[in-house]
Amino acid sequence: MAQLLALDEMLAARTLWHAGRRAALPADGEPTGHPALDALLPHGGWPRRALTELLLPAEGMGELALLLPSLARITRAGGLVVLVGPPCIPYAPAWQAAGVELSCLQLVQASGRDALWAQEQCLRSGACAAVLGWPQGGDDRALRRLQVAADSGDCCGFVLRDRRHAANASPAALRLLLEDGGWRVLKCRGGQPPSAVLRLAH
Amino acid sequence: MLWACILLPQLALDAVLRRHPHPEQPLALVTGPAQLRSLHAVNAAAAAAGLAPGMRLTAAHALLRDFAMVDHEPAGEARVQRFLAAWAYRHSSLVSAQWPSAIVLEAQASFRLFGPWPRFERRLRHELEQLGFRHRIALAPTPRAARVLAGLRDGMAVSEAAALPALLDTVPVRRGLLPDDAGTRLRRMGIERLGQLRALPGDALRRRFGQALVEHLQRLYGQAEDRLEYYLPPEHFDERVELGYEVDSHTALLFPLRRLVGDLCTYLSIRDGGVQRFVLRLEHEQGHSDVEVGLLAPERSASMLFELARGRLERVEIARPVVGMRLLARHLPPFVPAVQDLFAQRSAQTLDWPQLRERLRARLGDEAVYRVAPQGDPRPERAWRRVPAEGVGIAAAPPRPPRPSWLLPEPVPLHDPRLRVLSGPERLESGWWDGDDVRRDYYVVETGRGQRAWAFLPAGQRSGWMLHGWFA
Repeated sequence: MAQLLALDEMLAARTLWHAGRRAALPADGEPTGHPALDALLPHGGWPRRALTELLLPAEGMGELALLLPSLARITRAGGLVVLVGPPCIPYAPAWQAAGVELSCLQLVQASGRDALWAQEQCLRSGACAAVLGWPQGGDDRALRRLQVAADSGDCCGFVLRDRRHAANASPAALRLLLEDGGWRVLKCRGGQPPSAVLRLAH
Repeated sequence: MLWACILLPQLALDAVLRRHPHPEQPLALVTGPAQLRSLHAVNAAAAAAGLAPGMRLTAAHALLRDFAMVDHEPAGEARVQRFLAAWAYRHSSLVSAQWPSAIVLEAQASFRLFGPWPRFERRLRHELEQLGFRHRIALAPTPRAARVLAGLRDGMAVSEAAALPALLDTVPVRRGLLPDDAGTRLRRMGIERLGQLRALPGDALRRRFGQALVEHLQRLYGQAEDRLEYYLPPEHFDERVELGYEVDSHTALLFPLRRLVGDLCTYLSIRDGGVQRFVLRLEHEQGHSDVEVGLLAPERSASMLFELARGRLERVEIARPVVGMRLLARHLPPFVPAVQDLFAQRSAQTLDWPQLRERLRARLGDEAVYRVAPQGDPRPERAWRRVPAEGVGIAAAPPRPPRPSWLLPEPVPLHDPRLRVLSGPERLESGWWDGDDVRRDYYVVETGRGQRAWAFLPAGQRSGWMLHGWFA
């Protein structure tokens, strides 16, 4: 009996996990704006206090279509969104048409190490609701720093990288890969990556 | 109102001694032309050796062979008096330094904050001792009476206006600070005390001694209002640190920088102001180099300003050794602290956005943080603009057909044999008036890789695709 109790305690303390059974996680994620994607993710949205990695074959493949609904929701609620070193110009009329409150969208012009530093500062500050970055290298340590910064700053961090990094390990809590026009979850903290591929309507 | 007068009998000497490495050794302030040097003031050790103010320098050297000499500069004395006025301004809002070697401040209004007069007086004396100034303090219902009493006896305090005339009547005329030499002349006439003087008919006094004497008496006794020139803190901050040695590394500059920024912030909090732009001047043996520090909004947090100034300083190459550092802040706008939620669930080390923005700007440059806003111009390159990170409101864009979310900085040629037109054309023809004429047919196309692109052809043509944006 005592052993049974101990087992229950361990389960309650989440030191022990049932194999194959998905643990009930609080659905406290930042809604992505795509109900189909929310259903796939363990937190029901973008993980908070964590880094999300989007792996793309090239720029302009639909990464903004994925992100814009949540960015629009965050900025309309008064949250601050920072883009650190975007590869192109975020075209103001289109972003506004997508519902983004441009007064809450800040851009930081930086590249290379400065961009990583700036993104870490923004993530760590606690002043931003979401920070997007386009780091160039495949440095695992840099991403780990960003992940820690996102955790201490209570912020949603996003890094958009080339898909050749997909094979490398990454400290990001959620990794999405864009393949043949569909998003595949490579890794999600707190659950098994679902095998379904999500296609967003253009 | 009750006025406290702080009389500084050795202002010029104390100003020198408090910065001197060996104040206990004989020292004299020297004044006068080169051929006729005389002593202006002497310290205790020099006085013990027989030196006295007014003595010729040659006579002084005959008495004491070796003593330190410092040139007396009246401008320096005025500067120290201003410094003490600024110090007194922390204790009272009405401070005047209009009389030489004296600071007058209104004390009664400060009793609630600093306690009753004995405690307030102790505080003033303690701080003056810390600063290194010898002083005599008196309290009276009028500023002039306080000044006269401070000259009579240290620590005198009269808080009842009714008791003042009787006390002043006993003051000798020569100690009454009467204008010009009226005190001496009156004494020669046999008038010993201010009471006797007051008993004389006013008209006769005015004829003999002028209006000034009568006015002085009325203000002294509180019968007429005494208009003082009140001290106002200066509109700018200018402080300098002499390093005393040559510095050519950034780390050695951080300590003086921290002290200067700390002084600036103390000053700002006295003024209840903030600083938006200041200059760090690195002084070399010859010439100087300036480091500009600019913020988007006024700030006064010492740690933040230090970090920003440090960020700017560390980007500057120190080509020549630095011997002094000066901090100049000309414009000190009012500071409005940001409203913070008492119950905000934030951890202690978080920054708010203005602080974060300034930190980013300090390292990446003033223009590195910006926002984007739509503009009315139909030409895609001009339908958006950069706006500052702060302030400007953002208007809505006019309704137009769908626009790409990424715009390329410059259109680039698009070579793709599998290009598929999804919609279009949309002809944009504009700009004939400003020499940047644009005639283009825009299409939404799909590339061979499946990207949706915004591309254009020169108006009316079928080839020469230019890529201008992505529907990402």
